[in-house]
Amino acid sequence: MCPVNNLSRAKPENGRSAGPPDQTQVKRSQGEGGTALEFSGEWTISGLASTDKDLRRWGDEITSRTNLNLAGITRLDTAGAWVIFRTRKMLRDRGLEAEYAHAREEHLALLARVEDGDQPLPPETARPNILMELLAEIGGFMAGAAQEFRALLGFLGLTMSVMGRVLAHPSRLRLTPLVHHLETAGLNAVPIVSLISFLIGMVLAYQGAEQLRQFGAEIFTVELVAISVLREIGILLTAILVAGRSGSAFTAQIGSMKLNEEIDAMRALALDPMEMLVLPRILALIIALPMLGFIADIMGLLGGAVMCWAALDISPGLYMQRLEEWVPVGHFWAGVIKAPFFALIIGLIGCFEGMQVQGGAESVGRLTTKSVVESIFMVIVLDAIFSIYFVVIGL
Amino acid sequence: MSEDQGNSREAVISIRGLRTAFGDQVIHDGLDLDVFRGEVLGVVGGSGTGKSVLLRTIIGLNPRRQGSIEVFGQDHAHLEEAEQRRLERRWGVLFQNGALFSSLTVTQNVEAPMREHLALPEKLMREIAAMKIALAGLPPDAGAKYPSELSGGMRKRAGLARALALDPEIVFLDEPTAGLDPIGAAAFDALIRELSHSLGLTVFLVTHDLDSLHAICTRIAVLGEKHVIVAGDMQTMLTFGHPWVREYFLGPRGRAAMLDKD
Repeated sequence: MCPVNNLSRAKPENGRSAGPPDQTQVKRSQGEGGTALEFSGEWTISGLASTDKDLRRWGDEITSRTNLNLAGITRLDTAGAWVIFRTRKMLRDRGLEAEYAHAREEHLALLARVEDGDQPLPPETARPNILMELLAEIGGFMAGAAQEFRALLGFLGLTMSVMGRVLAHPSRLRLTPLVHHLETAGLNAVPIVSLISFLIGMVLAYQGAEQLRQFGAEIFTVELVAISVLREIGILLTAILVAGRSGSAFTAQIGSMKLNEEIDAMRALALDPMEMLVLPRILALIIALPMLGFIADIMGLLGGAVMCWAALDISPGLYMQRLEEWVPVGHFWAGVIKAPFFALIIGLIGCFEGMQVQGGAESVGRLTTKSVVESIFMVIVLDAIFSIYFVVIGL
Repeated sequence: MSEDQGNSREAVISIRGLRTAFGDQVIHDGLDLDVFRGEVLGVVGGSGTGKSVLLRTIIGLNPRRQGSIEVFGQDHAHLEEAEQRRLERRWGVLFQNGALFSSLTVTQNVEAPMREHLALPEKLMREIAAMKIALAGLPPDAGAKYPSELSGGMRKRAGLARALALDPEIVFLDEPTAGLDPIGAAAFDALIRELSHSLGLTVFLVTHDLDSLHAICTRIAVLGEKHVIVAGDMQTMLTFGHPWVREYFLGPRGRAAMLDKD
């Protein structure tokens, strides 16, 4: 009874370009002295896939004394040596005698080297039930959100106290970064904010006119455009654009500075990063956003006027006249008063998430996304609160 | 790899007439260098002499203007893409700061090249990764950690484990001991020497560390004036007349490193 298994595997596409393709071969035979495993071929990492499976099985199966004959091995690397060593170890662990035989000296050295690297694998973490995992994830998310909200409130407090300190000693205000951020977050945003508000003004006028025409009330298109742009859309659109443009930039800038240990360096030099980095950014947004909102309002009204003129034959003169008569300036204030609050939220979240960065580049990306999503969400929540408040106080 | 060890003067890397430049700034001009199988070649030179650039040019990350670089008799720049991949699998690279993938654990970092290039069973891959991590001198619990949780020295060891993942024949090391404490640096030197010896590796080592040069390099190449000023063993370095080479090896730090060795 001599069961003989002959395994071979050739992977031409993986073969080293010099010499024959990688092959690992092992032959099992039963003799008088016990089992013999004859290894031959190139025992390198690229040819191990199939022999690994069989050797693992034989390691559990063989019940007699075993000789691992290594004479036929033409080439051996650590991965190949590992599989051979592991086979011997499996047999020995079961109390069987297992020895290498006819091994070359350098192969024995490699096998000994691999033995040093033998360590128990960490246990495979059992996958918990998917429902439990989902619940745990939701729970973890909620707990994380609550914790983060507290931290954000703490950051708000810190910003306020730093702002108070700077107001008390105006000479501590960093003018250069403030102006720089006014330029990048404010001035440079003017073209995109103008263009988008202009287009939205046109769209509102056109869609509004379509509906109002059914009642013969096209002339009210002017009020529709003016009130919605002034109260809500102008400022909301601007805030969303700024959150995407500048909030994300704040997170990424401060985050990469944190990774680069620049924030730590500032602290070590007794420079306050809140004063140097956070305050100029937030102040710049608070100053810039109302101005951008104003520009958005004007451009939105302009877009509405152009569409009214083109599609409804409402001349610019008539448009202006109706605006003055029927749209009180209160609508404009109800919109623009929200701008500094939106700016505070966007700047705060942008800087806060930047400060949360730790680890590596991946964290910067994740937190930048988070900062944009969070600030847009918070802006809209705040806008809803303002709407209710304005209704209550009758503005 | 071991059967070739008898033939110790076989050049595995052979560079002829290399010229590299960034814009108008010429880094190497007419550079010739051979790296022989099984040796540990230390490449030294002042800052800005293009040691790292040379390493990056050999592995094909930097374009060159002129000259040939043959690794195992093949020129990376003139190969088909599939052949390039095959050649790249025969070397491993340890970048200066480890360059581990920050979104993967150490184990996943070591498995990454195997997963990409080979079809190995999952379990075998984990076993091999665990073995390589141990061979690189990391504790077993390091495998589950992310690079950001490791110290600088551990990150380099993890980078070495990844460089060795596919059992390469040549390893390129870019300043492996820079930023390590002297004890950690000595341990890393010992690790490289031992691995190069037992695995039959050829090592291309860019370094500033005189102790490393004394401890592990079998041959040294000095870069300067856009080419290799001199290549040879430590004895050659110590008797060579070039002023920079004399200053480097016989200056106060050079002598201190020599004393250490004695």
